[in-house]
Amino acid sequence: MPLLDIRNLRKTFRSPDGSEALILDVPGFALEAGEHVALSGGSGSGKTTLLNVISGILAPDAGGAVVLDGEDMAALPESRRDALRARAIGFIFQTFNLLQGFSALENVLLGMMLGRGGDEEEAKRLLGRVGLAGRLRHRPRQLSVGQQQRVAVARALANRPKLVLADEPTGNLDARSGREALALIREVCRESGAALLLVSHDPAVLDGFEKKFDLASLNRAAGGAS
Amino acid sequence: MTLRGLLRALCLIVRRNLAQHALSSTVTALASALGCGLVIAVVVVREQAHDAFVGGPVGFDAVLGARGSQLQLVLNTVFHLETSPGNIPWSMYEDVRKDPQVELAIPYALGDNYRGWRIVGTTPEIFTRFEYRKGRRFQAQPGGRFFDPKLREAVIGSLVAQRTGMRVGTAFHPQHGVADDREGHHEEEYVVVGVLEPTNSPSDRVIWIPIEGIFRMGGHVLHGAGETFVPQPGEKIPEEAKEVSAVMLKLRTPMAGFRLDQKINREGTAATLAWPIGKSLAELFEKLGWMDRVLALVAWLVMAVAAASILASLYNAMNERRRDFAILRALGAKRRVVFSAILLESTAIAGFGALGGLGISTALIAGAAHVVRSQTGVVIQVFAFHPVQFLAPAAMVALGALVGIVPALKAYRTPVAENLVPQS
Repeated sequence: MPLLDIRNLRKTFRSPDGSEALILDVPGFALEAGEHVALSGGSGSGKTTLLNVISGILAPDAGGAVVLDGEDMAALPESRRDALRARAIGFIFQTFNLLQGFSALENVLLGMMLGRGGDEEEAKRLLGRVGLAGRLRHRPRQLSVGQQQRVAVARALANRPKLVLADEPTGNLDARSGREALALIREVCRESGAALLLVSHDPAVLDGFEKKFDLASLNRAAGGAS
Repeated sequence: MTLRGLLRALCLIVRRNLAQHALSSTVTALASALGCGLVIAVVVVREQAHDAFVGGPVGFDAVLGARGSQLQLVLNTVFHLETSPGNIPWSMYEDVRKDPQVELAIPYALGDNYRGWRIVGTTPEIFTRFEYRKGRRFQAQPGGRFFDPKLREAVIGSLVAQRTGMRVGTAFHPQHGVADDREGHHEEEYVVVGVLEPTNSPSDRVIWIPIEGIFRMGGHVLHGAGETFVPQPGEKIPEEAKEVSAVMLKLRTPMAGFRLDQKINREGTAATLAWPIGKSLAELFEKLGWMDRVLALVAWLVMAVAAASILASLYNAMNERRRDFAILRALGAKRRVVFSAILLESTAIAGFGALGGLGISTALIAGAAHVVRSQTGVVIQVFAFHPVQFLAPAAMVALGALVGIVPALKAYRTPVAENLVPQS
C-alpha cells in the first residue's frame, strides 16, 4: 500500500463574482514510503494547491480520496487533518515561513510541540545536522536566506514525518545555495526514511530526481491525464 | 499533540508574541495596572477612612460643647480639624463631671497652635486617667514626663515631634488661632517636657499644655460669667469666669448617653452633646457617599478602558500576524490552539496589569495614608487585606480574557493557504 494514494482528487475555487474555477482534477497519483518524487509545472498549474490539499490545509471537493499513511485526508474533519499533518507531514516552503519572533531553536521546537512533543536536545541535534549548531538562538532575520531554509528543513523533520512536502524550496536561493539546500533536503529525508514530494519549475532541481512528473500530465484541469 | 506539548507550545507562543509586541503589551499592561490600582486604592482608602473615622477607637463616648453642629464639635475636638464652635462655661464642665454616670470628664480649651499644630489646654487627667484605646494610656517617651499644670510646660504628640523636630527642652511661643501665623505669636514661652509614644490616633498631632495656660495666655479673655474677664498674673481666676471649648466624656453606661442627650440636646439650649461620636461622622460619610461612588465609577471605567485598549491593540495587530497564524496552522496547530494563544496573550497582559495594579494600589494607599495621617492623625493600614485586592485583579484578568475573545476569533478564522504567502 503506497504511503500517499490520491484518487479522483478535485479542487474547485469560487471567485468573488460567484463563478467557480476547477484548479485540480487528478484522477490518480501515488507515492511509496521513502520515495523521492518531483513535480514540475508552471505558474498557476496548481502545484501549491495540490500540496495544500495533500497536507490537509485545504479540503478537496467531495468524492475524491487523499489517503496518507492509511487515513483519508479528504474524509477527515479539519481538526483531525491538522493532527495528521502535524504528525505525518513536514512542510518546506519557498519563503521558509519561519516565525520571525522565534529563534531557530524555538522554530524547530514549536514544530515538535505541535506534533509529537517538544524535545530540546532533538531540536538541537537536528539544527546541528543542518549545520546550524552555532545559530540556535539566532532569529530568522539574523540568518542568511540559506540558513533560514536550513532551519525550515530542520523544522520539517522535527516530528519524524513520513512525508516531506517541499514547495519550490530553492526558489528564493541563489544557484549554489539552492543546490546545497536541495542536497540537504534529500539527504535528511533519506536518513529519516521520509518520502519527499517536491514541486519546482526549475529544471536544475528536477534533473536530480529519478522519478518526476509534469503536473500538467496528472492534472486534467490543466489539460493533462485525459 | 499531548496536553503538555500544547501547554508548552501556548506558553512559548504567548511569551514570544508579548516580546515581539513589547511596547504595546507594556503600555496596555500599564493601563490595566493603573485601572486596577485605582479601583483597589479608592475602595481601600474609602473604607479604611470610613472605619477609622466612624468606628475607630477615640477613647471618648461623647463630647459636650457649645450649641451648634455636632459634626463640627467632633471634628474639632476628636480629630483636631475645623474651628471650635464656641465655648461653654466652666460650670457645665463641673456639672457633668459630677454626674454619677459620667466616668471621666476632661475639659479642652482650644484655639491656639504652634506652626499649624493644634494646642489643647487640658488637665493632667488626659495622661493619668484617659485611655485612648482600651487599657492604653498616653506614655511619655524615655527622658520625658507629663506637664505640671502650674507651669508653662507642654507635652507633644509623636507626629508633632517627628515633623517639627521639637523635643524635650525645646521652647516655643504658641500662636493665636488655628492657622500657622508666626507674626501673631503669644509672648508666653512654653517648654516641651515630654514627647508621647505614638498612638496612631489624632492625638499624635496635638500639643498638650495646662488648661490654666490657655486661660492666662496673653490676649485671651474669658466670658464664663457672661462678662469679659482678663486674668491677671498671680491672681486666681474665679471659677465662674472660666470657660472651656469642650468637655470630653467617658460614660459608665450607654443609658447615660441617652439621658444626657435628652437633657442637653432636646431640653437644653445652651450646649450640644455629640453622642455617639461616630454618628455625626457616619452622617457626613453618608452625605459624601455620592463622591465615593463617582470616584469608584471612574476607577472601574479606567479599568474598562484599559481592557478596551488590550482589545484594540491585539485586534489591530491581527492583520500583521495573519501569516504567523497561517504558519502555526500549517505546522499542525488546530484552530483552537491559535484561538487559545490569543486569548492567553490577552489574559496575560491583563494579568501583568493586575499584578502591577497591586503595586500601584499599594503606592497610592501609602500616599493617601501619609496625607490622611498628616492631616488628621488617622492611620490607614497600607498592607491590611481587603477583598477588593483579590476582586479587582480577578476582574481585570476576566476582562482581559473577555476582550481577548474578539481578536482570538479573528485568529481562529484566519484562512491558512492564502496567508502562507508573504503579503506585500
